[in-house]
Amino acid sequence: MPFRHKNTRRIEGLDSNVWVEFTKVAADPSIVNLGQGLPDISPPSYVKEELAKVAAVDRLNQYTRGFGHPSLVKEGDEVIIIEPFYDCYEPMVKMAGAKPVFIPLRCKNDGNSASSADWVLDPAELANKFNSKTKAIILNTPHNPIGKVFTREELQVIADLCIKHDTLCISDEVYEWLVYKGKKHIKIATLPGMWERTVTIGSAGKTYSVTGWKLGWSIGPEYLIKHLQVVHQNTLYTCPTPLQEALAQAFWIDYKRMDDPDCYFHSLSRELESKRDRMAQLLKEAGLKPVVPDGGYFMIVDVSMLNVDLSDVDEKQPYDYKFVKWMIASKKLSAIPLSAFCGPETKKQFEKYIRFCFIKKDSTLDAAEVILKNWNKQTG
Amino acid sequence: MSRPVQARRLEGIDKNIWVEFVKLAATYSKVNLGQGFPDFPPPDFLTEAFTRALGGQNHMLHQYTRAFGHPPLVTVLAQFFKKLLGRDLDPMTNVMVTVGAYQALFCCFQALVDEGDEVIIIEPFFDCYEPMVRMAGGTPVFVPLRPNPPKDGKLMSSADWQLDPAELASKFSERTKAIVLNSPNNPLGKVFSRGELGLIAELCVKHDVLCISDEVYEWLVYDGKQHIRIASLQGMWDRTVTVGSAGKTFSVTGWKVGWVVGPDRLLQHLRTVHQNSVYHCATIAQEAVAQGFQRELRLYGKPESYFVQLPKELQQKRDWLVQSLDGVGMKPIIPEGTYFLVADISQFKSDVPDVPNSDEPYDYRFAKWMIKSKGLAAIPLSAFYSEAHKNNYTNFIRFCFAKEEATLKAANEILQKWKQEKTSS
Repeated sequence: MPFRHKNTRRIEGLDSNVWVEFTKVAADPSIVNLGQGLPDISPPSYVKEELAKVAAVDRLNQYTRGFGHPSLVKEGDEVIIIEPFYDCYEPMVKMAGAKPVFIPLRCKNDGNSASSADWVLDPAELANKFNSKTKAIILNTPHNPIGKVFTREELQVIADLCIKHDTLCISDEVYEWLVYKGKKHIKIATLPGMWERTVTIGSAGKTYSVTGWKLGWSIGPEYLIKHLQVVHQNTLYTCPTPLQEALAQAFWIDYKRMDDPDCYFHSLSRELESKRDRMAQLLKEAGLKPVVPDGGYFMIVDVSMLNVDLSDVDEKQPYDYKFVKWMIASKKLSAIPLSAFCGPETKKQFEKYIRFCFIKKDSTLDAAEVILKNWNKQTG
Repeated sequence: MSRPVQARRLEGIDKNIWVEFVKLAATYSKVNLGQGFPDFPPPDFLTEAFTRALGGQNHMLHQYTRAFGHPPLVTVLAQFFKKLLGRDLDPMTNVMVTVGAYQALFCCFQALVDEGDEVIIIEPFFDCYEPMVRMAGGTPVFVPLRPNPPKDGKLMSSADWQLDPAELASKFSERTKAIVLNSPNNPLGKVFSRGELGLIAELCVKHDVLCISDEVYEWLVYDGKQHIRIASLQGMWDRTVTVGSAGKTFSVTGWKVGWVVGPDRLLQHLRTVHQNSVYHCATIAQEAVAQGFQRELRLYGKPESYFVQLPKELQQKRDWLVQSLDGVGMKPIIPEGTYFLVADISQFKSDVPDVPNSDEPYDYRFAKWMIKSKGLAAIPLSAFYSEAHKNNYTNFIRFCFAKEEATLKAANEILQKWKQEKTSS
């Protein structure tokens, strides 16, 4: 093949992707899929109805206003990423020509973690990561995969460093409504000195359980958003009109009843809290140690005490990748290996964890229950 | 912020003709023949497919589908293009779905153009090619279509705008990575002939250059002409990425469903860009478009096929607008394809006098004046030229005729009234 048909330098090494790998393997319908984060529960009916109404309006099937990507990061910049991290941050930073700088969340109780709140940043370690090249830090709260909901104090530590080093904050808050009893989601953009340096990201897919609509948004000061608009107008240009219209209608419905317990933003998190508790219980009964999340719809689990011996598996992959593949093949249950969410240095630290998604209908969780209850009956 | 907050890659690409003219049209125009989208409804069978998908039992259509394309859609696209290209296609590796053809183009440039690469762009061009090449760090190299007016004084056709073969050949260098082809061409409406495509193909093969072939208007071809796919020419399949659009094919620009078709060794790199940016496209729209294509596959070549009916309808609208413009003294260039038409406005210059040393080309000023004072929106042709060549063709404006009869009638009324004002003054 002539050499000029090679890929561009910017995508060098970005071709492999955990989702492409695992969605293929878990696609078999006989497998109970608690891997990729998508609901198998129905979205609220009024959201679907709004889209049905909109689809009948002709002009809403054509282009709408152009605006609705970080254009702020360039070659030579550094971007701080907290590990474990939603996997796309690293390749996206690299595609922008910048260098990712990792800092891990560390477990407080010497590895004995029962809650996502046990995972914290070391303030001194974090401060050391900032330097004159640091352009931005990516914050994800509620956090995927651990489910941590950063407290005001924790956010203040980050904010103080951003202000001191004149750093931007890209705040991924797609799970903002999925916060459980006793916890509160705090927007870092509301802290003093942060509005002018923060871009806050949200998602219709996570808010309304419609991941397939692929609608999201960025909120921030005009002088930052205008640069995102330039990227947007030179890449996608517009987002699907009927979906935006239907989403707007759905938002009005819930905005008007924000204080009502029936508001979807509250009812969904209530529904998910009981699924969370059920999932945690099932995992404990199977002898596993789940890290109960304060937010989001993922739960990480330490599988090391199961002592599943996979040393004969030839592949040079981290333990959790091998474990998940083994679990899919022998238990027909799928999850996602946590080292997919880590930089190269920390893979060893996280390779005993796997991630389950619990935004699933009861029958799916029932099927998972059967597998987990019978786990010890078959020796792996 | 003490240092510039934005990345250097955004330098010079912040202006955008659509942002400016869409705003003007929204504020002033009574009749909008500017931005290219239909103001008539999409076909019933398509919106019904969407509604059926919504109301159906499968609520998983509201969740993520396969990242590189919803299986029913890539399958039917592979079947369709197998027919059209005369070659077996694997839906999983030879087809990828994108958020509109726009994102398909973005993936092409990001995946295939490196810093220092040259990319040949034929002028006039759909405006996004240039900023996309630059954003990828590439250098655009322009080559113009040149008008050869017919000797008999008849109206020009888009076929009369041609590349000079020697000039085209001179643009290929050892740094040339790709050439962007757009046929049928926006804004002129030119449908490149087999001979013209053969010339481009020969040069691509000789210099080992890739071809990014934007064929979004592939079904809008008039007067019995044939749209020829450059990927089907000798030596071209392995080096061509063909871009298509549901928005243009099915008159649903707002659904933002597009695709690329090509060899796996090129598409694998587009997949890498896609999975690291947009990753998935909206599921429901893909489901409905798949059903639309299934219907068209069944009715291929038959009179009820939308791909037969739509060009027939649009040809009538084209002829209507041509007559309208010719009647008032604007000289339309009859397009062989697309739903755009370019007209020579030199006989209207008295209304908008030349301003020497103006930083805006004449046609920009004319078009803005026309929107504000006549309420008729069109797009200046120099918007489709590089900065260096903006002043080469400043007497032309582009009209979109994918509009309801009522819209075209209203446009005609404005034009007639305008003509009367000119003859009486």
